[in-house]
Amino acid sequence: MRPGSMKIFKNFRDLSIMDLENAKKNKTKIVGLYCAFAPQELVLAAGAIPVGLCGTKNEPIAAAEKVLPRNLCPLIKSSFGFAITDTCPFFRLADFVIAETTCDGKKKMFEFLRRYKPMHIMQLPQSSDGTRTFDWWLAELSVLKIKLEENLGAEISEDSLRQAIKLANRERRTMKRLHEINKIDPAPLSGLDLMTALWSNNFNEDKEEGIELVNGLIGEADEIAGNGTSPFPKGTPRILLTGCPVGLGSEKVVMLIEKCGGSVVCLENCGGIKTLGYLVEENDQKDPLEALAERYLKIPCSCMSPNSGRFELLDRLITEYKVDGVVDLTWQACHTYNIEAEMVRDFVKKDFGLPFLHLETDYSSSDLQQLQTRISAFIEVTGRKKQQ
Amino acid sequence: MITVGLDLGSVTTKAVLVEGNSWISLIRPTGYSPRQAGREAFEELLGNAGLKRGDIGFIVGTGYGRISVPFIDQAVTEITCHAKGAHFLVKEIDMVIDIGGQDSKVIAVDRFGNVTDFAMNDRCAAGTGKFLEVIAAALGLDVSELAMLSKNADPIQTSNMCTVFVESEVISLLAEGVKRERIIAGIHQSVAARVAAMAERLGKGEHIVFTGGVAKNEGVREFLGKELGRDLLVVPESQIAGALGAALLAQEEVKLKSL
Ligand code: SF4
Ligand code: SF4
Repeated sequence: MRPGSMKIFKNFRDLSIMDLENAKKNKTKIVGLYCAFAPQELVLAAGAIPVGLCGTKNEPIAAAEKVLPRNLCPLIKSSFGFAITDTCPFFRLADFVIAETTCDGKKKMFEFLRRYKPMHIMQLPQSSDGTRTFDWWLAELSVLKIKLEENLGAEISEDSLRQAIKLANRERRTMKRLHEINKIDPAPLSGLDLMTALWSNNFNEDKEEGIELVNGLIGEADEIAGNGTSPFPKGTPRILLTGCPVGLGSEKVVMLIEKCGGSVVCLENCGGIKTLGYLVEENDQKDPLEALAERYLKIPCSCMSPNSGRFELLDRLITEYKVDGVVDLTWQACHTYNIEAEMVRDFVKKDFGLPFLHLETDYSSSDLQQLQTRISAFIEVTGRKKQQ
Repeated sequence: MITVGLDLGSVTTKAVLVEGNSWISLIRPTGYSPRQAGREAFEELLGNAGLKRGDIGFIVGTGYGRISVPFIDQAVTEITCHAKGAHFLVKEIDMVIDIGGQDSKVIAVDRFGNVTDFAMNDRCAAGTGKFLEVIAAALGLDVSELAMLSKNADPIQTSNMCTVFVESEVISLLAEGVKRERIIAGIHQSVAARVAAMAERLGKGEHIVFTGGVAKNEGVREFLGKELGRDLLVVPESQIAGALGAALLAQEEVKLKSL
């Protein structure tokens, strides 16, 4: 059974455009974010609305390739293409954009992109360990705070920041709860629906409403679990997807896994559960900027070296979600995730003895047939292992 | 119990009928319609065996055209089928290396012929039969001549792995006066190195069987053996391994059902 509220989530991105336009008419500022490292609490505390701008669609890539090298990750090209062709309403609506120096491709792309929008690029440290990186990142947050205040003509008070921290934490807890529904076997939600619902959240005009909507879906999923109407038969191989971010438009691997007889129970990537478990400490005795810095530095992204957090997270998720196989998705030309995939392979095979599949692809549909063969074979291996 | 395996490849359709430990097979061109090729191959096979449709307990289809054949009972990927069939042909293997026209794959198998892991080349043609074809054409040769011509030649390293670039590299090497056989040997070595790297990721096998069109090329086979430090087994019937595996999986399926 498919939850009724999925109808709303499926079109959520389009539906929210009008809300954002109205908000803008009422002089509310909109701030675009590209990455999970962007501290949305500072945006909220400035009274602005954060929206995700990360490109997940293939359409604008051709335009981007007129400027950027083709041999670049599709996520970067899609993000850039949307901006320069003015085909992303969210980019158009954004008054200000926050970017970070994550991977090489992205940070150099931002140098171009800043010609199109007022932008602040945060200097992200390359490691999450040690006090020096923490101090650096904390200073970066202070700079961002000032930039936001200047550009949005707002003041970010300590009080409003604490409020924003509470709100964003509440949203994370709710989304995590939604994701955790799929710990149940068989999973009440398809991976595609789960991805769609979590991804929609990037476009919320009002976080409270977004939380309500997700709560509604959780209710429906609970019901599905209760009356045993999961979309998957018992014994369906339970797959964890890790690696580069996915969203609507770049969901092809999620879609294929489920088409080939798997159930994506866990999304360990940005947009999935990767960042949801890390909450900002809500402690009135603590400087809220410091609390923010601590939380954001924990995000286990492959841009960090080392990135041991990813393996700790995978360790936990594989066990908690009773995973039968792991698929690691690398977008073409994403070196950091590509290299890390070899370590993930070792980890999954040696520590868990689970089947592992590494896929390298882009947003186009040209290799669907090839991918389907690999994924089907992988599901066959996983399914047989599960039976034994 | 009698079962049938159908392998609907892009070029040829293979059909195998298995009863107990014996089997019969046939190979026909696929043509433009895998659906029709599948039906015809199946009927011809039944005719050869003197059987009717009703005598067949289970049919497994494989190969890229498997989705277009409506009368099969189950579709299984060529990876799973190929491994099963190759393992039946050569019992003690733990790895299959298959280099065909369009792709190359390495499959690790357990002692029952079940796949434990596999790797395939990505979208590009390097490390496949296509790569060798392009190079042969650039040298004015047929692929079948490559191995003979380059026997015992000292391979010259080519720097490119991209088919298009290697083609022009080959032409400039020729212009520099490098002997043709050294170039061919170099190309064989690079295909072997590429596939060996894939195999090593899976933990190279002890007993490896080498299948697919390129397995006929002794040059590639030798370099691959050297890279992996193993002798590679080659079986004459390897072309029907996929269809045979499909028929064997159909046997397992029937057994499972009767439990
Ligand atoms: S994967 Fe890394 S760079 Fe990409 S959105 Fe997530 S945190 Fe940012
Ligand atoms: S997927 Fe990889 S290359 Fe692309 S933006 Fe993210 S980290 Fe960079």
